[in-house]
Amino acid sequence: MANVFTSIGDWVNERAPGMAPMYRAHMTEYYAPKNFNLWYYFGSLALLVLINQIVTGIFLTMNYNPSAAGAFNSVEYIMRDVEWGWLIRYMHSTGASLFFVVVFLHMFRGIMYGSYKKPRELVWLLGMLIFLVLMAEAFMGYVLPWGNMSFWGAKVIISLFGTIPYIGDTLVEWIMGDFLPADATLNRFFALHVIALPIVLLLLVVLHIAALHEVGSNNPDGVEIKKGPKGNRWDALKPADGIPFHPYYTVKDLVGVGFFLMIAAFIIFFAPTFGGWFLEHDNFIPANNLATPSHIKPVWYFTPFYAIVRMIPSFLGSAVWGVLAMFGAIAVLFALPWFDRGKVKSIRYRGTGFKVGLGLFVLSFFALGAVGAGITAEVIPVWFGDVDVTFWENLFGRVMTLVYFGFFAFLWAYTYFGWEKTKPVPERVTTHD
Amino acid sequence: MANEVVDHGRRRFLTATTAVVGGVGIVAAAVPFIKSWEPSARARAAGAPVTQSLAKIESGQMLTVSWRSLPVFVLNRSKAQLATLPMVDSRLVDPKSDGASADQQPKYAQNEARSIKPEWLVVIGICTHLGCVPDFVPEIKPEPFDPEWKGGFYCPCHKSRYDLAGRVFQGVPAPKNLPVPPYHFVDDNTIQIGVDPKEAV
Amino acid sequence: MTKRQLLMKRYIFPVALALSLLVGSISVQASEEGGLPAAGTNVHDQASLQRGAKLYFNYCVGCHSLKYMRYERIAADLGLSEQEVMQNLNFTGAKFGEPVISHMPEASAAAWFGKAPPDLSLEVRAKGADWVNAYLNSFYLDPSRPVGWNNTVFPNASMPFPLWELQGLQTAEMKPAKPGEDAQVEKLVLSHPGKLTPAQFQQATRDLTSFLEYASEPAALERHAYGVWVLLFLAFFTLLAYMLKKEYWKDVH
Repeated sequence: MANVFTSIGDWVNERAPGMAPMYRAHMTEYYAPKNFNLWYYFGSLALLVLINQIVTGIFLTMNYNPSAAGAFNSVEYIMRDVEWGWLIRYMHSTGASLFFVVVFLHMFRGIMYGSYKKPRELVWLLGMLIFLVLMAEAFMGYVLPWGNMSFWGAKVIISLFGTIPYIGDTLVEWIMGDFLPADATLNRFFALHVIALPIVLLLLVVLHIAALHEVGSNNPDGVEIKKGPKGNRWDALKPADGIPFHPYYTVKDLVGVGFFLMIAAFIIFFAPTFGGWFLEHDNFIPANNLATPSHIKPVWYFTPFYAIVRMIPSFLGSAVWGVLAMFGAIAVLFALPWFDRGKVKSIRYRGTGFKVGLGLFVLSFFALGAVGAGITAEVIPVWFGDVDVTFWENLFGRVMTLVYFGFFAFLWAYTYFGWEKTKPVPERVTTHD
Repeated sequence: MANEVVDHGRRRFLTATTAVVGGVGIVAAAVPFIKSWEPSARARAAGAPVTQSLAKIESGQMLTVSWRSLPVFVLNRSKAQLATLPMVDSRLVDPKSDGASADQQPKYAQNEARSIKPEWLVVIGICTHLGCVPDFVPEIKPEPFDPEWKGGFYCPCHKSRYDLAGRVFQGVPAPKNLPVPPYHFVDDNTIQIGVDPKEAV
Repeated sequence: MTKRQLLMKRYIFPVALALSLLVGSISVQASEEGGLPAAGTNVHDQASLQRGAKLYFNYCVGCHSLKYMRYERIAADLGLSEQEVMQNLNFTGAKFGEPVISHMPEASAAAWFGKAPPDLSLEVRAKGADWVNAYLNSFYLDPSRPVGWNNTVFPNASMPFPLWELQGLQTAEMKPAKPGEDAQVEKLVLSHPGKLTPAQFQQATRDLTSFLEYASEPAALERHAYGVWVLLFLAFFTLLAYMLKKEYWKDVH
């Protein structure tokens, strides 16, 4: 047996001599810092979810019908008539939400430990591009079941482009290929969702990982292991604080995969709609262009950005400002490496201002999510009684929008003017046990 | 602690166990995906038995009925047509349907006429070669494809020939007789395709 | 830090995440239909589903289809034979393999009720079991409405109440109206008892809601059972992976 494998290996090696070194460079001889903590599981988990989405997605297309007349029926056909179709569909819908859970945590990790800072700006930018494409991918996927939320979600999101001066209306018609979301819209979204955007996503993921492996992974101490002492038990010339990715982090990530799959399986088998958060109630009603759902809101992962659109009033006769603010909320994340002038990477050694600022930023993100999901509108009358709900909701949402953007302005000033009092960064990574 | 001696046996055992359990998980996870290709509940419901009245099929005429999306030939054979069956026996691959074609019909249709009642032939009109639908060529007269033609089915795709009991001729690409689906007579003038006589009781 | 504190620190996050997901899912499910009494349905109670199906096919199917359900599937899932379903439930003359379609022509339905009665295949998924159950319990006589019925859960519903002979007749006691506003319903009183006692009727609507909940997602019958095995398997796998990790990481620490 072993001989067969060896000779196959030799056969391949002779014909593609570059493959074995490439495997070594990214696996057995990729030296990652040995002090990764829990926050470092989410990268590999994002990859796992991506694979899940692609596999389940391929099987869903086998029975899905991308037409306004047939889409909703075909989803119910998958849920009821296709053998195990319900499982494949729930894996895909749960995977979509968990994708964002994992990616948000992955991004937060990057901010917390300064993984976007030099020399990893390119890794961050590629990651942000992945996030952007993922949002487009998720939005178009959400339209495909052609429920009433799909329809109105599509209408509202596409209408965002209508606020652009001069070309807006034409642009909206061009995106929809009709005067309402219709067959043409559904078909082009289907094509983009199942072919175009997944290809772009895969390419970006490859580039993201390639760029990371070029500079090496950051770590919770924000110490460059490549600049530290050399020599470990595997290689005398490699960083002393590095360990081979394979087998050490592959087996460690496997534990993360196990935990993650348990959470995912719990949702898939016991709470697939997640109380209306992963699959919304109104989306079990077929698309109806004459009746808007009473609470029109996007899926949870878009709610913080959606709230920002709602919080900015129109002025100078245009509603474009809210849309600009929403895209701005993503654009500032792209520019994060240039807002933050601080030399210290990890939150462990950064000033109190950074810690408080980041805490408030996360708070504003959750708060805007609550506003966008309509939670504040529900909670305010319960907690405060007979008050002007819209006024207080807008006030709250606007303050939180300011906090969101304020974080970036503060971070720039805090680091540019040297107000940050950092702690000394250790020479080498600290391992706690 | 880094100087501790590595227990290679334990390491190999755990690696193998985790790999095997993980492999079992992946195989188990693949099962639903593979099963999703099976005929769906809708396809199976559409494949339900089909009831067909025979009242309007005159002697010598044939009707094609759709069952599970398959064309089922229902032929009312005349006395003259039935008389042709023994005449071609010597030119057939498996005239008694007990050789290569033993599985091509239920037991109750394993006879010279391959039917429950001699005059009524019920066969699935799918050529056993590559799945084309054969033409019904009932006239007893020389045909370009067979100068001694006694009536039967002729597949336009690769020239396979069958007699009026759906039995395949020698020297053609098709290997077996046309399959007889399960069916039974509800009454003298009605058949149900898809249900054996036994099940119907 | 002591070893124990380290362990705490290391595992507090995944445990907290898992717990918050669990608590979150339960609490959102509990709170989402705010204010309505819990329906108390159980799709795993086959007897309840059978009674619910019987009610559905006696009182509802005249107007409301279940276009995504086939008689065949209902028989298989509810443990009924073909004969039982075709004789006791199927009054439309549909075949066993055909979906449950009401015989009411849509156009005339729209003329009678203002709009065609909706298909109920996904009603519970769209509105929630609590809502459907409360709705079925909240009809009252209201001569001002075209069909003579109104509903406190869905005011001005255009549907007459087909279960009245079971529940009896409810009438509304109104709150004194504030100036410039319409009067609000204070509470519903059973002014004329029906064939069933109030407790029996509540059980009947619970059965009916259970049946509709099942019809909304037939997969719910099987997914819990699979879920338990999948979770047990994953727990075993995670344990193995954890031991493997521990073993390899002896090199590092």
